[in-house]
Amino acid sequence: MIDPRLQEILPQLASAAAHTHALGFQLEGVEGRRVRMRVPYREDLVGDPETGVLAGGLVTALLDHVGGMAVWVAMNRFATVATLDLRVDYMRAAEPRKDLLAEAECFRLTRSVAFVRAWAFDETTADPVAAAQAAYMLDSDGGRGPGANLKGEES
Amino acid sequence: MTDVLARIPYARFLGLRTQMEADEMTVIMPFQDKLIGNPLLPALHGGSTAAMLELTAVARVALSFPRLRLPKPINVSVAYLRSGRPRDVHAQARIGKAGRRVAHVTVEAWQEDRANPIATLSAHFLIAEDA
Repeated sequence: MIDPRLQEILPQLASAAAHTHALGFQLEGVEGRRVRMRVPYREDLVGDPETGVLAGGLVTALLDHVGGMAVWVAMNRFATVATLDLRVDYMRAAEPRKDLLAEAECFRLTRSVAFVRAWAFDETTADPVAAAQAAYMLDSDGGRGPGANLKGEES
Repeated sequence: MTDVLARIPYARFLGLRTQMEADEMTVIMPFQDKLIGNPLLPALHGGSTAAMLELTAVARVALSFPRLRLPKPINVSVAYLRSGRPRDVHAQARIGKAGRRVAHVTVEAWQEDRANPIATLSAHFLIAEDA
């Protein structure tokens, strides 16, 4: 059961940051610990103009983000999380002019680290475009607080 | 030399620029608000950084192995070393090995200080024309 306070902000967490908004990310839904997101097909997100296939970098961005969403769902609260590392296998090219979908699940949560698996697909999870394995650091702002990255010195 | 990144819509979306100095290619992602993933710190989205690293690798492979098709990524692995500040990002790629079908590439991205990279990428690309 998702905490209603988290449930309420999940759509914003999916799409309200400047980057996710610019890419058109949308929350599709949450089922148990599994989160599903969508990015509608757009010509400016293409990686190969000859084929019209969406960019690998977009697939990576979506997998990174849906993975973070799965971490919040597993924690059942919002916290600052930061991707530690992310590995993506590109199994096939996404179908041109089709929306890209992704699902992620956090399968292990420790005090500091969350371990996530995620898949990108255009029709069904049984025929994935890409698969990812990622680790996220939890409460990663280290108490530095808002505006920490605007300070002059290297942190 | 034709600039590969200028032809790729996603590279234009990210605002990537290529700089050549002798044989050394540097890709620059000038800061834009739309690259931000965490508005509080504020920090670049991991997806902005990862995509920029991957496209730097694509451009580097395309430069060394010019052919009709763009190199296709097989897999990529990104390590995030520091949070990306709201500043320009620079990246350089190195081809560790290029065989008949596959090239292995490593890329490093930094902001003000080259000695303190914000992220690294290691990737394999298919380079064979018929693969």
